[in-house]
Amino acid sequence: MLKRVHFPASALPYLLVAPQILITVIFFIWPASQAVYQSFLIEDAFGLSSEFVWFENYQVLWDDDQYFDTFWRTIVFSACVAVLSMGAALILAAFADRVVRGATAYRTLLIWPYAVAPVLAGALWVFMFNPTLGIFPYMLDMVGIDWNHYLNGTQAMMLVIIAAAWKQIAYNFLFYLAAMQSIPRSVIEAAAIDGAGPMRRFKDFIFPLISPTTFFLLVINAVYAFFDTFGIIHAVTQGGPANSTTILVYKVFNDGFIGLDLGGSAAQSVILMFLVITMTVVQFRYVERKVEY
Amino acid sequence: MVENRPILGVISHLVLILGVVIVALPIWITFVASTHDAVRMTQVPIPLLPGSHFIENFKETLFGTGLSSSAGAPVWRMLLNSMTMALMIAFGKISISLISAFAIVYFKFPFRMGFFWMIFITLMLPVEVRILPTFEVVANLGMLNSYWGLSIPLIASATATFMFRQVFLTIPDEMLESARIDGAGPMRFFWDILIPLSRTNIAALFVILFIYGWNQYLWPLLITTDSDMTTIVVSIKQMLEAAEQSPKWNIIMMTALLAMIPPVFVVVAMQRLFVQGLTETDK
Repeated sequence: MLKRVHFPASALPYLLVAPQILITVIFFIWPASQAVYQSFLIEDAFGLSSEFVWFENYQVLWDDDQYFDTFWRTIVFSACVAVLSMGAALILAAFADRVVRGATAYRTLLIWPYAVAPVLAGALWVFMFNPTLGIFPYMLDMVGIDWNHYLNGTQAMMLVIIAAAWKQIAYNFLFYLAAMQSIPRSVIEAAAIDGAGPMRRFKDFIFPLISPTTFFLLVINAVYAFFDTFGIIHAVTQGGPANSTTILVYKVFNDGFIGLDLGGSAAQSVILMFLVITMTVVQFRYVERKVEY
Repeated sequence: MVENRPILGVISHLVLILGVVIVALPIWITFVASTHDAVRMTQVPIPLLPGSHFIENFKETLFGTGLSSSAGAPVWRMLLNSMTMALMIAFGKISISLISAFAIVYFKFPFRMGFFWMIFITLMLPVEVRILPTFEVVANLGMLNSYWGLSIPLIASATATFMFRQVFLTIPDEMLESARIDGAGPMRFFWDILIPLSRTNIAALFVILFIYGWNQYLWPLLITTDSDMTTIVVSIKQMLEAAEQSPKWNIIMMTALLAMIPPVFVVVAMQRLFVQGLTETDK
C-alpha cells in the first residue's frame, strides 16, 4: 500500500489529493447521499413540499408489478447480450488463436466497434432495420416475415439485443484472445501428442483454462448491459413499444426526468446502486483469487 | 499452430472473414448511405454500393444547413464540443489521478486511508444511478451548458487512481532513496522520475479516456439545453427523431460517420496502447 521509503507528512499530500477528493465529494458522495435521502421522501405534485415517508417509495416499487416486469426484462436482456456477444467473441478468438498469418490484421478489423458510442450503434442498427427502408426487413419480407419493431415488442427487444451485443463483441474478443494466447504452448502440444484433436483440445483444455476470463467477462457484460446500453435503447426504441424494452436504467431516467416522480426514481437509483456495489465486490473477489498458469 | 491441418486453416480464415463482415456491415451500410443523395435513400431497396455524392454530403453536413432546422448547431460546432469535452475529461482525469495516487503511495499522513476509501467508493457509483441529484448539483453551481459542467462530474474516477497506484508500487524504492540522497524534493521526484517512468501508462489511459469522453451520451443530453453546446453523439438522436418527418438519411448517416471517425481512428492507430489501457484499467 504505502512505500517503505516515503516522504514525511506535510501540507503537500493534502494539496495533492484535494482536487480528486473535492470532485468526489461534490459530484459523487453528495449526490449519492441525496439519492438515498430523496428515496425516503414523497413530493407533492407541484414540488413545493415534501414529506418524509420512510420506506413507502420502496413499498410502492415492491407492490408494483410493472417494476418486477422491468427487473425481469433487464435480466433477460443482459443474459441475451452476454451470451450472444461472448459466444461470438469466443468462436472468433478460438479461430484467431489458430491463425498464424494475419492474426493482428483480424484483430484490428474486429476491435473497433468498441470505439462506437452506444447511441451510434443504436442509430446504425435502427437504420438497417427501418421497417420501410432497412435492408434486413427487405430481406425478411422475402421469406415472409413482417418486421416492424415500432409495433412488435419482441422484435424491438431483439433489435436492442443485437445492437448491444454487436458493440460488445470487440471487448470480449480482445480478452478471450489474450487469455488463449497466454496458455502455455506446451500444454496444447502435449494434448495434441496424446491424440486430442482441435475440438477436443478446445473442449477439455482451452475452455476450462480460460474460465476465469469467462467469469470476469460475465460480470463486465452484465454491468455493460445494465448501465451502458441506455444510449442504444434511447435511440432505437425509447423503451417502447408499450415498455417492452424498458430496462432498469431507462426506467430511472424516464420516471425521474419525464415522469418527475423524484422519490420513486431515487428509490430505483438506490436499488441500482446496490446492484452495482454487489457486482463490483464480486469482480474484486475474482481479481483477488485470479488463476495464474 | 500445433499441427498441420490445411482444411481447418481454411475454415479458420473463412470464419474470421465472416466475423469481420458481420462486424463491419453496419459501418459499410452507413458509409454507403452517406454517398447517395436524399432521394435515392428513400427508395427500396437501399443501395449496397457507394454512390457519387460523398463530397457533396460531406460539405452539406459539416458546413451547410444540413438538418440544422431541427438539430440547431452546425455539425462542425458539435464536433468541436465533443473534442473539447473528450480532451478535458482525459486530461483532467489523468492529472488529478496522477497527483492523488502520488500522495497516497509516497506520503504518510493522517486520514490517508480515509481518502483512499472515498476515492474507492466512486468506482461503485456510475453516473446513471445518481443522475438526478448530480444534475441538481450541477444546476445549482450554474454549470449547465458549459464545458466545465460537461466534463468535471465525469472526471473523478477510482479506476485511473488505482491504475497509477499500481504503477507507482512497481517502481523500486531505490529510486526514491537515490533521488533523496541527491537532494530532490517530492515535486522534483514526481516530475523528473515518476512521470517519465509512467509515460506509456499515461498514454494508454489517455486512449481509453478519450473514447470514454467522446462517447458520453446521457450526461451531455441532460445538461446541454443550449443547442450550441450539444455534442455530436447526442445530436444523432435528435436527427433520428427529425428523420420521421423528413428522412434525410444521407445526411444523418454522414453525421454518424463523422461522429465515429475520431474514436475509431484513435483505437486503430494506437492499437497497442489501447489494448494495454483496456486490460490495465479493468483489472
